Amino acid sequence: MTNWLTIAMPKGRIFEEAAELLRKAGYKLPPEFDENRKLIIDVESEGLRFILAKPMDVPTYVEHGVADLGIAGKDVTLEEERDVYELLDLQISHCYLAVAGMPGTNMNDVAPKVATKYPNVAAAYFREQGEQVEIIKLNGSIELAPMIGLSDRIVDIVSTGRTLVENGLVEYERIIDVTSRLIVNPVSYRIKDEPISELVARLSKVVAWEGR
Amino acid sequence: MSRLFMFEKPLGMRDTLPELYEKKHFVRSLMEEVIKQWGYTFIETPTLEYYETVGAASAILDQQLFKLLDREGHTLVLRPDMTAPIARVAASKLLKDDFPLRIAYLANVFRAQQREGGRPAEFEQIGIECINDDTISSDGEVIALMVSSLKQAGLEHFQISIGHIAFVQELLLQILGTEERANVLRKFLYEKNYVGYKEHVNSLALSSIDKQRLLDFLDLRGGEEVIEKALDIVENERGKEAILQLKELWDVVNDYGEQDQIKFDFTIVSHMSYYTGVLFEVYAGNVGFPIGNGGRYGLLEKFGKTASATGFAVRVDRLLEALGEMKGAAPVQCIIFSQERRKEAFKLAKTMHEKEIRVVLQDINGVKNLDAYTHKFKNTTYLLGKEPAND
Repeated sequence: MTNWLTIAMPKGRIFEEAAELLRKAGYKLPPEFDENRKLIIDVESEGLRFILAKPMDVPTYVEHGVADLGIAGKDVTLEEERDVYELLDLQISHCYLAVAGMPGTNMNDVAPKVATKYPNVAAAYFREQGEQVEIIKLNGSIELAPMIGLSDRIVDIVSTGRTLVENGLVEYERIIDVTSRLIVNPVSYRIKDEPISELVARLSKVVAWEGR
Repeated sequence: MSRLFMFEKPLGMRDTLPELYEKKHFVRSLMEEVIKQWGYTFIETPTLEYYETVGAASAILDQQLFKLLDREGHTLVLRPDMTAPIARVAASKLLKDDFPLRIAYLANVFRAQQREGGRPAEFEQIGIECINDDTISSDGEVIALMVSSLKQAGLEHFQISIGHIAFVQELLLQILGTEERANVLRKFLYEKNYVGYKEHVNSLALSSIDKQRLLDFLDLRGGEEVIEKALDIVENERGKEAILQLKELWDVVNDYGEQDQIKFDFTIVSHMSYYTGVLFEVYAGNVGFPIGNGGRYGLLEKFGKTASATGFAVRVDRLLEALGEMKGAAPVQCIIFSQERRKEAFKLAKTMHEKEIRVVLQDINGVKNLDAYTHKFKNTTYLLGKEPAND
């Protein structure tokens, strides 16, 4: 196992696109890979072990070195600020972080509140604007917050904007564009530099080809 | 804040229980012995230092410092590293003659942890500083001694990646022209954000050759062959000199016969702003964080001496993690005695101590459950009741 690479994959939305990218890069992943309920999948022929993690946890596994590499959205790496190398923009799962709220509303002067799954990103953003706001951390259904008056604004990930529209919310500001990144543990980056460099080279080629 | 439990310790502080203590002591003494063999002498410095002097010189982030006030209102810090205190001692006391100075230390340092409070905020470092010797030989000595002491401690698989801070500085400055523009890219390097670095390089108004040089820089990692590649990328004299220093360092470490563990990595940068030349990190495969680091620094200037120094520090806790399972403590025997044969028991214990056997003396009246108690020992001798008659 010493020369195996362990890759932390985000469960859910990004998973399929990431798996497809790896296949295009020539890694032979078994067909059952995609419907697997297992948390650890070994692909013996490629010397790869995949661990399936919550997207927000991917940088944690990588920082601690239990995964050599990981695939994580820029939103997650910004929020988590882990000590990992961000090596490659995989150009998948395009979306962006935005400030949204009920249409035609202003921030409350007395007690401005922002609900979000990304408290660090949201706090940093409003601080940069010179605004002091109360950050309310939620774990999901963020759109609910302004609808029932928990907060004036939300900071959330937007991909098509449909969820916002369906809930009668509008986008106010765009914070940053988000794509998925290949992240690497600093020790693995040095000790397993050969297989990692190869993986990076193969993925870069696919990314460049796709984006031509 | 919620009320503290009586058994609680401040965040990041740990107790060292007997088994771990033994292991620590074992590893520590192995390394210490090698370091002494190389002629380094150990010193101790105070746990508390002034914030304005050693605290400011240490280059550990301000929010990681434990601060307190003394009675005059000066801010004090729990020493966050040993390099700054040793630079202080060397500059003020030890460096009287203009000789090279070889100092070693074994000390706990303190760094408050922001994230996940369980991470150690106090940890032991073992390290050396070779002061007032500018030669590459002394950089090589530091690396060779580190390799040698780690091997002695029982570490088999590890790697040292060596870079040179002046190379990065010169390359960025030469291509970008101003310190300000170089700093933008340097920040990406510190943050390990290569995606951001590449995007920024591509957005700059530079010739395609210069852009390529900045991008190729990220690939300057590997064995001796990287030296050639690095020479292709940097053009000015000081940059080239940095490379030649690394080349020489390679030869020095080679002459020590310790080159197997060594790789070059020009991309290594450190948040420790005092480094001026060669710098390196040590990795062991099964630990996700570097177990040690070091390099050449000009810290003594802050204390009024124009001498440079080079050194390494290894984190004992991470080294222990890398070593994994180790042989535990030496076995302990037990003598259970009663009042009548107390003297005999003491005598027996004394002879065993002389043979370096660890033995516990236990009065039988002090133990409630004798069977369970003696189970903890390798061997138990009972000296109870009247001494048996000598037939």
